[in-house]
Amino acid sequence: MPEIRNMTLNFGPQHPAAHGVLRLVLEMDGEVVERADPHVGLLHRGTEKLAESKPYNQSIGYMDRLDYVSMMCNEHAYVMAIEKLLGITVPLRAQYIRVMFDEITRILNHLMWLGTHGLDIGAMTMFLYCFREREDLMDCYEAVSGTRMHATYYRPGGVYRDLPEQMPQYQASKWHTQAEVDRLNSNRQGSLLDFIDDFADRFPGCVDEYETLLTENRIWKQRTVGIGVVTPDRAKALGFTGPMLRGSGIAWDLRKAQPYETYNELDFDIPVGVNGDCYDRYLVRVEELRQSAKIIKQCVAWLRANPGPVIVDDHKLTPPKRGEMKGDMESLIHHFKLFTEGYCVPEGEVYAAVEAPKGEFGIYLVSDGANKPYRLKIRAPGFVHLSAMNEMVQGHMLADVVAVIGTMDIVFGEIDR
Amino acid sequence: MEVAAADLLDVCTTLRDDASLAFHQLTDLCGVDYSTYGRADWETASASTAGFSRGVDRGIVKAASADEPRFCVVYHLLSFEHNKRLRVRAATTDDPPRIPSVIDIWPAADWFEREAFDMYGILFDGHPDLRRILTDYGFIGHPFRKDFPLEGHVEVRYDEQQGRVIYQPVTIENRVLVPRVIRGEQNPLRPADTKEA
Repeated sequence: MPEIRNMTLNFGPQHPAAHGVLRLVLEMDGEVVERADPHVGLLHRGTEKLAESKPYNQSIGYMDRLDYVSMMCNEHAYVMAIEKLLGITVPLRAQYIRVMFDEITRILNHLMWLGTHGLDIGAMTMFLYCFREREDLMDCYEAVSGTRMHATYYRPGGVYRDLPEQMPQYQASKWHTQAEVDRLNSNRQGSLLDFIDDFADRFPGCVDEYETLLTENRIWKQRTVGIGVVTPDRAKALGFTGPMLRGSGIAWDLRKAQPYETYNELDFDIPVGVNGDCYDRYLVRVEELRQSAKIIKQCVAWLRANPGPVIVDDHKLTPPKRGEMKGDMESLIHHFKLFTEGYCVPEGEVYAAVEAPKGEFGIYLVSDGANKPYRLKIRAPGFVHLSAMNEMVQGHMLADVVAVIGTMDIVFGEIDR
Repeated sequence: MEVAAADLLDVCTTLRDDASLAFHQLTDLCGVDYSTYGRADWETASASTAGFSRGVDRGIVKAASADEPRFCVVYHLLSFEHNKRLRVRAATTDDPPRIPSVIDIWPAADWFEREAFDMYGILFDGHPDLRRILTDYGFIGHPFRKDFPLEGHVEVRYDEQQGRVIYQPVTIENRVLVPRVIRGEQNPLRPADTKEA
């Protein structure tokens, strides 16, 4: 009779279902997980310490690189914290642009999540469908900021520049014939807002497509129903936020509960799960895709009707126009001071949080009156969710570990910081 | 809200269980090192000779004292019922810094406390598994302390001769391009009457 012992299994860090660099040490009894010990930190870059050694504006780019699939939401929390300490109000148009791009980011993030979660548990086609739509949204990012991912578009006091009048178009090349390019450019004839509007119109149809593949799919349900169940009370105690909390049946969304920017003027609903399992969290996120498209539509309508400034006109905080600098001494001095020293933020401390796609993304900022933050703490939702990993996978099979990792929607940029 | 480290557990239990408070979620927990608070890199008088790229402070850290504690732990609490947030700060004057763990009150504190231990070396009494979390296996030091240099102490590279990955002292030097300055006057961006409460 051979001796039967528990087996320790090393999962990751290079496992494709580990979503980056998660290393899990699993104690297995046969195929059942007895204990999971996530080892994180393989992507630790010391973002918080780096930010403490740089002027405020130079760290906005670091925020993009935290949760690198919901870039602008991270920037949003950071600039909101600075604005709170400075006590300034952002122009209304900039607020609408921020809300619109937050929701675009939410769709980007949820598509990425849906694609990879599907891929992890065997639905290859989802990945291709989701990335098809992501491409259009990446083009929106590129149109406003010049980059597809790390935008650095939000600035303290507003956004970097107004939305472009002309949506960038494809050019014919040896890979694309003129006919192909004309087809690709058919919805890019107008402004960026026209393009986003067109996207928001057809996107609910795309979500229907995703749902035909997954929602009633027998395999999908077998893999997700009843997996990783978290009760509402436990979800609160474990610090869950965002879709993880709403999947457990708690209607808590910072956009509704503690509205920031213009969310209190927009009409949208908060989907809530019932059972708190992976399948409910899937349904919550899919419904959030539809709600985000709805919010985007409202923002587009408002932005079309209301032109105006998109950043505050205080050159102690924002750079003056290039033209002004040529003829105006004062503007030149402001420009020089801003880029050599930055701006000092009054002494104090503040916590600013946004409802990022993954949950509550918060920035705790302590300032001692200098031009650099004294202490910057990033409250990443994924970090808290992953800390509940042990509890969520206990008693599940090894294959369910992958489903739980997928449902947490973790990204190591923000967990390891 | 400021709390003494000795009363921390009682205060936190009340904050969670009292129906009029009901702070059921610990949103965030972090350490703060106040040792260089309010200190600029250089004063204008000496900068012309020294140049501000040398203005890096190393080894100049205020000693902790009873009235000016060096380390604080900051808790951010959230009450779903009342839709309120609360910030609790507990200072610790011990050396090494010690503070009771709140893991029995909010399980979410588990990794946050490990992180604060890793980054600041704050010991949480009663934490069952206080291991390093974000830094490398076998890391020495607490990197977010203000006396820990930004570039660190060791770097890793692959050594051709030995055919393995080795640790060596850092070869890069930190250059401060923008010095840390504190402007004395009240911030001109904000009129005095719009100050936050």
